[in-house]
Amino acid sequence: MTVIQVENLYKQYRLGQVGSGTLRDDFARWWNSLLGKEDPLLKIGEINDRTAVATSDYVLSLRDINFSVQEGEVLGIIGKNGAGKSTLLKVLSKVTAPTSGQIKIKGRVASLLEVGTGFHPELTGKENIYLNGAILGMKRHEITSKLDEIIDFAGIQRYVDTPVKRYSSGMYVRLAFAVAAHLEPEILIVDEVLAVGDAEFQQKAIGKMQAVSKQQGRTVLFVSHNMDAISRLCTSCLYLKNGGLEYSGRTDDVIQKYLSAETKIVSSIKYQSVDAPGSRIARLIEAKVINEHFVSKLNYNIDEKIGVNLTFEVLQETNDLIAGFNLYNQMDVHILSSHDTLNQNKTYSPGIYKATVWLPENFLTEGMHYCGVAVMSYKPFTVHFHDVEKIGFNISDKQNGETVRGNYTGVFPGVIRPKLTWDKI
Amino acid sequence: MNISKKIVENDHWTEVIQPKKSVFSLNLREIWNYKDLIWIFVRRDIVSVYKQTVLGPLWFFLGPLFTVYTFVFVFNQIANISTDNVPAPLFYLAGTTLWNYFQACFTSTSNTFVSNANIFGKVYFPRMVSPISMVISNLLKFGIQLLMFFCFWIYYYSKSEINPNGYLLLLPLLIVLMGGMALGLGIIISSLTTKYRDLSYFIGFGITLLMYATPIIYPVSAIPEMYKPFVIYNPIAPIIETFRFSFTGAGYFSWSGLAYSSVFTIIVLLIGTLLFNKIERTFMDTV
Repeated sequence: MTVIQVENLYKQYRLGQVGSGTLRDDFARWWNSLLGKEDPLLKIGEINDRTAVATSDYVLSLRDINFSVQEGEVLGIIGKNGAGKSTLLKVLSKVTAPTSGQIKIKGRVASLLEVGTGFHPELTGKENIYLNGAILGMKRHEITSKLDEIIDFAGIQRYVDTPVKRYSSGMYVRLAFAVAAHLEPEILIVDEVLAVGDAEFQQKAIGKMQAVSKQQGRTVLFVSHNMDAISRLCTSCLYLKNGGLEYSGRTDDVIQKYLSAETKIVSSIKYQSVDAPGSRIARLIEAKVINEHFVSKLNYNIDEKIGVNLTFEVLQETNDLIAGFNLYNQMDVHILSSHDTLNQNKTYSPGIYKATVWLPENFLTEGMHYCGVAVMSYKPFTVHFHDVEKIGFNISDKQNGETVRGNYTGVFPGVIRPKLTWDKI
Repeated sequence: MNISKKIVENDHWTEVIQPKKSVFSLNLREIWNYKDLIWIFVRRDIVSVYKQTVLGPLWFFLGPLFTVYTFVFVFNQIANISTDNVPAPLFYLAGTTLWNYFQACFTSTSNTFVSNANIFGKVYFPRMVSPISMVISNLLKFGIQLLMFFCFWIYYYSKSEINPNGYLLLLPLLIVLMGGMALGLGIIISSLTTKYRDLSYFIGFGITLLMYATPIIYPVSAIPEMYKPFVIYNPIAPIIETFRFSFTGAGYFSWSGLAYSSVFTIIVLLIGTLLFNKIERTFMDTV
């Protein structure tokens, strides 16, 4: 059953100093409406690319967005800053009206664009539970019936009658989230609230959202920059770019599209002989990240085997050529280095060769990884080429229960995540 | 927002969000659904005002008392303005009690959008909930001042210095008219200030000017003939005059004046609702 249907949605914003010179535009609008004409300023607007210099006073934050959401679906919304994600959530949660187009909704909507909206510092924890709950659309008796549960979830029993201005920031956020978590809407809209709070809180929040969608069959719309959380939570995704819907579909595919478009890291790169990195002896022709079926792709589940394949051309006969591979994570930590010692003593005649190295499944951790591929000689040590940070891949954990994560949904630290053996107790 | 609760043809959508909606749809049912929120806002306003003050609600009482005795000193003792044979403190109290309610409601509601921008930008509820809750929470302050007025009134009544009459029964109507007018004017101003911020500067002295154009510190009988229209066409004047007349027997009462105020209140509320509905949907983009 379709619970949200978005049709031809546009949202226009004015740039610059709002309020100056608007009288003239207001007059133009009013005059045209008197004449029964369409608003002349309505569809004016540039594509919202914040890096380009503006030439018009109006900008389209959302541009012809169409999608529908099914009941029980967890829809992720990704995109760079300024792509229109938050605007879309604001229009969906009725904070601001669309410029044109419409949204049809089935069921009660609650939006969490911020935790603790409307908290009043002078009021006590209990009073703020009522206040925040009512602002989020709960009835008084609903709050009363859940009061103990909320206080329990927040873990602030001792402080319920203390004004929240005396709370630590952690307690404040926990209380706020506890109220939100006990809303029972059919549709829940969540904006990066997970960005705040400690690891324990993030785990609680993600766990709660999973429970809401899986066990209670509710629909969740979730905006985040955290690909990890998105891939774990969402069944499908929207990728917004400059206000337009760039791509939508299965989470995996969308994340792949997003990462290759926004990070400039690709899963394969090919060089023409003129600009190929290399020396008189060897040069790089192609480098790619592949799965076990030799298909090149960007996004991998943590239990997939990942191969790095380089095609290089040997220009002079030699028996001293070693392929090498470096791996870095998104924090630029050099995770490992590997040399192809198996083919160390091979004699290479001029021609094209392919070297492939395999990273085992259940070995790396979630997130973006970058590769460096090289070909070198040992006698004397020379690097013929080392092509860094052009190709890479992303690892996510879809949590089938078989991975190292098991059923744990929170932050899982570490640079690598091999499956280790634990002795039976 | 456009929440058409009616079923749209064969689709069972509970809500359809569109750019525009009918300007007069106040959607009272939706506001009624949020009545719990109104009460919680009222509670918040009242409780948070006197938290961490020593005298608490006593402040609602002290402020007007000082004002009234200042009026007695300046306007009655120094400027020698007549009080129509009513004891001066009672005369000024009769004027300021309702006026203060109007002023409190008007200044707080006229700031609705700007002062609530933070909440309004994060979550949806019928925006009208905010000004309505302010008009209600100001009733408490008004009630305390009315109580003070009653003390003075009983004192002077026991000394038979005043002649109250049956128009006293109109008091509830006067309160409703005052609150309604303040709400209507307040939401008009709050809607306009989202775009034209200049207005909020005007409000500051506008309200003072309006007070002097209302027979609060002077009786209608003391107005020179050529200035009388300014006071007569001031829709607040009949309300203040009726209040004072019913309690003290001094001043004027006319049904037509009260009818004029009532019609004005209704018109202002209609225009206010219309503007408010138009602005509430997009004000986040301009505020």
